Order: sequence, then C-alpha cells, then structure tokens
Amino acid sequence: MRRIPPVLLLPAVLGLLFLVLPLVGLLVRTPWASVPRLLAGQGALTALRLSLVTATLATVVALVFGVPLAWLLARVPFPGRRLVRALVTIPLVLPPVVGGVALLLVFGRRGLVGSWWGLSLPFTTAGVVVAEAFVAMPFLVVAVEGALLAADLRYEEAAVTLGAGRWTVFRRITLPMIGPGVAAGAVLCWARALGEFGATITFAGNFPGRTQTMPLAVYLALESDPDSAIVLSLVLLAVSVVVLVTLRGRWVGAARVGT
Amino acid sequence: MWSKLRILAVVAVLGLAGCSGSDRSGSAPAASGSANALTGTVTVLAASSLTEVFDQLGKQFEAAHHGVKVSFSYGGSSTLAQQIVNGAPADVFAAASPATMKTVTDAGMAGDAPTVFVRNQLIIAVAPGNPKQVAGLADLLKPGMKVALCADAVPCGAAAKTALKAAGVNLRPVTLEQDVKSALSKVELGEVDAALVYRTDAKSASGKVDGVEFPESAKAINDYPIVALGKAPNPDGAAAFVAFILSAPARDVMVQAGFQAP
Repeated sequence: MRRIPPVLLLPAVLGLLFLVLPLVGLLVRTPWASVPRLLAGQGALTALRLSLVTATLATVVALVFGVPLAWLLARVPFPGRRLVRALVTIPLVLPPVVGGVALLLVFGRRGLVGSWWGLSLPFTTAGVVVAEAFVAMPFLVVAVEGALLAADLRYEEAAVTLGAGRWTVFRRITLPMIGPGVAAGAVLCWARALGEFGATITFAGNFPGRTQTMPLAVYLALESDPDSAIVLSLVLLAVSVVVLVTLRGRWVGAARVGT
Repeated sequence: MWSKLRILAVVAVLGLAGCSGSDRSGSAPAASGSANALTGTVTVLAASSLTEVFDQLGKQFEAAHHGVKVSFSYGGSSTLAQQIVNGAPADVFAAASPATMKTVTDAGMAGDAPTVFVRNQLIIAVAPGNPKQVAGLADLLKPGMKVALCADAVPCGAAAKTALKAAGVNLRPVTLEQDVKSALSKVELGEVDAALVYRTDAKSASGKVDGVEFPESAKAINDYPIVALGKAPNPDGAAAFVAFILSAPARDVMVQAGFQAP
C-alpha cells in the first residue's frame, strides 16, 4: 500500500473528529437512566410524530412540484432558464429565518396571497409543511436536475423516433432512468425538512401537537430542561441515522442497476 | 456511474448549505484598566423586554464613560441564562424574572447577589384601534380570536400563565413564542388578534399596537434582577454598569418607559 501523505491525512482526521465529536458529546451527556421518563413526558412523542408527518408531506409536495420543475430546467430550453435556475436555488442559500419572514409576508393573514384567499396558514400544521417544503424543495430539484443532465439522451430520442409523445417518454423512459436521482433528492429533501427550524418557528409559530416539531421542542426544552433537550436531540439523531442508512443502501443498489 | 458521481457531488455541496447560525455577540478582549478609568467593552445580556430602554441607557453610560462600549445581546431570559451557564462571555445579566436569574446563580456564575432594579406588568396587546374590542382576559376566549403567548420557560409566559389562572380563563393560544418581542411582532404583523406582553413593550410599540390593561396582571408582576457575572471579562465595566442601572437617573428613564420602581 502506498503511503498516505500526512498533509492530507492530518486535516482529514481532524475534519472527521470535528464532525463526529459533537455527536459523541451528545451520547456522553445523555442521562440514560431518565431516558424513558423524559421520552414519555414533555410531549416528545407528539413532537416526533408531527416532525415525521410534516417532513414526509413536505417531501411529497416537493416531489409533485419539484420533479416537473427539474425536468423543465433540464430538458426544455426557454429564455431566462438560467435565471429561473438561480431563483430555484435561492432558498438553499437564504437563511431559513428570512424564508419564514418572507412566507409570513405572502401567506400570512395580511400577506399578498393570504389576505386574498382568506386562508390563514401561520400557526397551522399546513403552515409547517409549507415552511419545510419551501426550504427543502430546492435540494430535490437540484438533485433531480443533476440526474436528468447526466442521463443518456439517446434512449429518450429513440423513444421519440418510435412515436412516443413527451409525456409517455417522461413516464416510461426518463423517470425510470433517473429513479436513483429522484430517490437521493427525496432523502435529502426529507432530511432537510426534518431538521427545519428557522422558517418553521418564524412562519408557523410554536404550539405543541400543532406546529412544535422536534427541532423546536429541542430548542425550547434547552431553556427549561436541558436533559430533556439532550434526549430529544438523541431521538432526532437516531431517526436521521436510521433513515439515511436504510435508504442509502437501497439507492446505491438501485443506481448500479440503473447505470 | 456518472449519475452516481453527480448525485454524490450534489450531496456534498448541499451539505454545506443546511447550516443556520445563531446570533450571539462575542465580547471584545478584556480590558485591564484601573477601577476609575473604564475601558473596553461591557457585554450585557438582557431580557428582550428591556431592548429599547437599555439601548437608551447604554448610550448614556457610554457618554458618561468615554472609551467604553456597551454591547447588548437581547433574548428570552431563559435562553440568555442557558448561554451564560454554557460559558457565553458576558459581563452583566439582566433577567425578566427571579426564576431565570436563579439558573445563573445556582450554577455559581453570578459575581454577587442579584438586585431587583425594576418591575413590569402584563398587558393585552391588540391591533391599533382595538378592532376586536378586547376589554379583558375573558374576551380572549371569543370564537375566532387568535392569541399569542410566550412559552412557559420565558418570564412573560410564566406571568401570563399566572394571570390567566388568576382570572380563571382557560385560554388556548395559537402559538407559544420564544420571547416577548416575537409575541408582540405577531400582533404588529396582524397574524394574531392579541398577545399578552409587558406594558413596556406595548408602550415602545405604540402606534403599531394598543395596550389593554386588565386587573389580573397585578397578580403576576415580574421582578427584574440584574447581576455582574463572576467570570466577567471586564469586571470593572460590569460593576460600573450595574451601579449605573441601579442609580436614580437610570430608574427615572425606566419608569418613563413604563416600568415600575421596585
């Protein structure tokens, strides 16, 4: 085996430590004896259920709107496409709190859209889904567009020469080819939605069972009961790890079949 | 193969974008001046209900002590207390309740015993002109009323809970905000019809909200304690700032802002 240059090895190990150490800290400081009691109280399970449901719904919303958007960006040349692409990625770089304020100004009771359709999203579970989808959908769009650009166009062209329409080509050829990309995007999107904090607390507020997702519960528990915050964090960490491990295995396997 | 690499690249890039920061003002390097010549920065963590009045008093303090800068970080008292316990470099802590101050004293972070410098009372903040005609706590139960409260851990939330209990009003708020200013801003934005905030908050936002007094607030008056922190990077500055806040001129400014003298 060839020697690994220390110039690369040292920062790599330090980087790894930096990423892993906080998680170790969480495990070390966990009050294991009181875990069952803390999980049963404080509405931890309510917050966890709300988080799982809203993150999943946000991912569904992102899939329904995001995949067609990614397809449009990757397959249809239209004027201003680069601008549209830039606009789509804005929520990626925007601080989530700013996203929450912006959502409030549009979908709030006195907002641009909110005052017009008479439906109030803030302080509702639907509002949480909207906030999460706003922040997480670009992850899906970018991942799916990447997969579309990488896919071999010749299959689609062949289908067209055989008389297939664009919708048929998308459904029968494109979608199966980019399946792994869509799955990867959906996982990223879901994970981002699960961790969403800033936009949610700003736009949807904080009320147990309705808008208090796990990250909000962790933040507020830290002020009154740090032990409980640690346990809630641990649950969130466990959920993230479980989901990433199970889905990653599947998507890598699928990618091998797909390419 | 290419698609997989592409996906991994996307994953790697996007991983960087998911971070959001929390604002916390760092303190400047400690100044080691003699007791009468104050220098450097005094970092004050203060309850968010003190925002306007401390900004004003901070300027007066800076004017009286040339070369000193006062840097404020406002937030929910419980958040600030946790930051101090976890080692945030700060010189002075001004809390909106003895309970949140206790977090800090129990952890042995206070320099000496905290002193109560003002008291504050709750008020119902409503939209200008009081369109929903709120006259007391019971009116908050009207159908369709959206009410914001502070979270229980924050002093204004604890006070609201006490006041509502005293009034026998079983209120279901739409949101429990992390500090009093967030609750107030929900009224200003028109997202809720009412919020229980401090009298001083309604006063500082006058024009944007109206305040409705209610008798039960007398049963939930909050004492505001202040303390110089034991590990203050600028101990002289911390002591001078606390002394200034406890002085008669500073008290007059706070009373003018709607606070009550202790």
